[in-house]
Amino acid sequence: MSMANKIPRVPVREQDPQRRATNFEEVCYGYDTEEAQTEASRCLHCKHPRCVEACPVNIRIPDFIAALHEGDPARAAAIIGEDSSLPSVCGRVCPQETQCEGACILGIKGEPVAIGKLERYVGDWQLEHAAEPVRTAPRNGHRVAVVGSGPAGLACASDLAKMGYEVKIFEALHKVGGVLVYGIPEFRLPKERIVAREIEAVRALGVEFETDVIVGRTVTVDSLLDDEGFEAVFIGSGAGLPRFMGIAGENLNGVVSANEFLTRTNLMHAYDPAYDTPIQVGRRVVVVGGGNVAMDAVRTAKRLGAEATIVYRRSEKELPARAEEVHHARMEGIEFRMLTNPVEVLGDEKGWVRGIRCVEMELGEPDASGRRAPVPKAGSEFELACDVVVMALGTSPNPLLAATTAGLATDRRGCISADAAGATTRAGVFAGGDAVTGAATVILAMGAGRAAAKAIDGYIRSLAQ
Amino acid sequence: MNYPILEKRRLAENIWSMTVSAPRVARAAHPGQFVIVRAGETGERIPLTIADYDADHGCVTIVIQTIGVSTRKICSLEAGQALTDFAGPLGRPSEFVAHPEELTGRRYLFIGGGVGTAPVYPQVKWLHERGVRADVIIGAKTRDMLIYTDEMRAVADHLYLATDDGSAGFHGLVTQLLEQLVEQGERYDEVVAIGPMIMMKFVAATTAKYGLKTTVSLNALMVDGTGMCGACRVTVGGRTRFTCVDGPEFDAHEVDFDEAMRRQGMYRSEEQRRAAIEAERAGGHVCKIGLNK
Repeated sequence: MSMANKIPRVPVREQDPQRRATNFEEVCYGYDTEEAQTEASRCLHCKHPRCVEACPVNIRIPDFIAALHEGDPARAAAIIGEDSSLPSVCGRVCPQETQCEGACILGIKGEPVAIGKLERYVGDWQLEHAAEPVRTAPRNGHRVAVVGSGPAGLACASDLAKMGYEVKIFEALHKVGGVLVYGIPEFRLPKERIVAREIEAVRALGVEFETDVIVGRTVTVDSLLDDEGFEAVFIGSGAGLPRFMGIAGENLNGVVSANEFLTRTNLMHAYDPAYDTPIQVGRRVVVVGGGNVAMDAVRTAKRLGAEATIVYRRSEKELPARAEEVHHARMEGIEFRMLTNPVEVLGDEKGWVRGIRCVEMELGEPDASGRRAPVPKAGSEFELACDVVVMALGTSPNPLLAATTAGLATDRRGCISADAAGATTRAGVFAGGDAVTGAATVILAMGAGRAAAKAIDGYIRSLAQ
Repeated sequence: MNYPILEKRRLAENIWSMTVSAPRVARAAHPGQFVIVRAGETGERIPLTIADYDADHGCVTIVIQTIGVSTRKICSLEAGQALTDFAGPLGRPSEFVAHPEELTGRRYLFIGGGVGTAPVYPQVKWLHERGVRADVIIGAKTRDMLIYTDEMRAVADHLYLATDDGSAGFHGLVTQLLEQLVEQGERYDEVVAIGPMIMMKFVAATTAKYGLKTTVSLNALMVDGTGMCGACRVTVGGRTRFTCVDGPEFDAHEVDFDEAMRRQGMYRSEEQRRAAIEAERAGGHVCKIGLNK
């Protein structure tokens, strides 16, 4: 064994917490070349790399790290590119601590290799250098429609375009990128520097985009197949409708979903006075929930000038958000109220939020998710003053596509039923990402988009025979 | 995408009609649906009801009242210029569209208030084309604010006008005219009311007395209009519904109008509130819709 594991994990430079809590610029600066090479030197190149198994799309992690260590970022990019189409994005937003880095041998005694930061370095290097145009197969004359321009749709479309398909992505909003644009904030994923360039790369492959098209309303899956000459359709329409708690006072003025709060900020630039869309920030914002979306919302509220608090019904250990986001949020001065659950939103005489009534929770027996179920502590109710409440409780599927597409089955939860390759119950119609799994991660959506691209290729070839 | 404005007409003070080239929306539109419109890259997404559509010519007509920065921005555009975004049709079509076979012999009364008169038109036109009888009441503050009278006259069985000041048609509120028609013995199977929330609330209260089925179309706040944000939440029959995907039309007798009116004011800016308070002080007018609060 080399000295590799003696070198401490290279810390990543970040914007000062006090300063960044007042702006929307990216928190993490990422590694420079020297830092990346030093960090890359820490990899042990295990014979049976556990990180690869733990990666949802099985990126050949030790191989790309070796290329990086040898000073060949182009080769590193090519290796990642075999399995991922959005390294700049995934390097920033993947929950590495429960995936690749969580499995890293170095993590047992010390700190795992910073695989996410290295992936980000390679992705950004590729965007900077955009070396040679990606080779694509000659156009094969077959056309595929993709519904939604988020991670699943972008990944599916790029792979199909590389195989020679003519692909058109239909996006309901006015801007392409899906959750990368409306959901994940600028301070975590820069829109112009990263997302726009990832999308340009997809466009450069010949993929066409049409915005303002709500499939299920403006057109239907059937009309795309029957009237517009597409031979297959991939549905990557995303997670759906925001959930609320169903408690009293939830429709008071000042209660919003995290989707609304984040869409107003990210997609509509409500924080920028040059844009017309308003946002209700208030002085004290309570965000209910403990996932990445909750962290994004609470940190956004802080940046918009509010005192911002997370209210979560389980304990810190169960927070589903990425560890890095929780850590960043704390450094930025976000208050965390764990084992606390709202039971009522309280309003003033004009119907505006003035606070929430909460109950303290304690952890009982493990529930279906394997986590210990929170149970209310008798007599522990208390009031928390606030003027805005953001509900970040996940989503429920949007029924529009299933309702307007004959033969497209959904599962018990209302998500579109699809097998591992993305095939739905309707021939020629494939689906993947949050529309199938419910709200999950960028990497899983991207993986599903790529799997579906293979399946669509197989399907169209089978038609030709 | 760009959506050229083919024609712009002034219908009344601060109310404009725009016919926009939007072939996909024109082909897919049904009565009862709406679009989301954006003017300029810094513009807000604004939901607007569809006033007419023509699949053959690929165009859709919207009617807009200038009430804030964004509607003024949209209305400042002229024919020959283009809207930045025109997404739709959104929302569910009117209930009757799905059941044309059940319409034989039915009789409708439509009530359009102010700018809400415009979305009444495609519904009445649709029914008229299928031989279904529909009477229409158009209400406004004063004669000059009445819109769509000629268009409506061509498709309505009977057209009634009502003005608050009596300058045209019935002198009084649409609800009073509605009462008069019912008391006179006019029989309707259903009332559809579209207009200011306060008008729809009182139409609902009036028809409830007669046990008359009533539908309203809600103009809630929205961002995406596709179910994603939940800004358009409304309580209907004690349940929270999303206006954009579950509506915009709901059973009037189930809608919590007071909540809906309050929610409409959620993003009214400090600036507008201050302006309204100033105007009120200057004019001795007491605001009935709570702008002074």
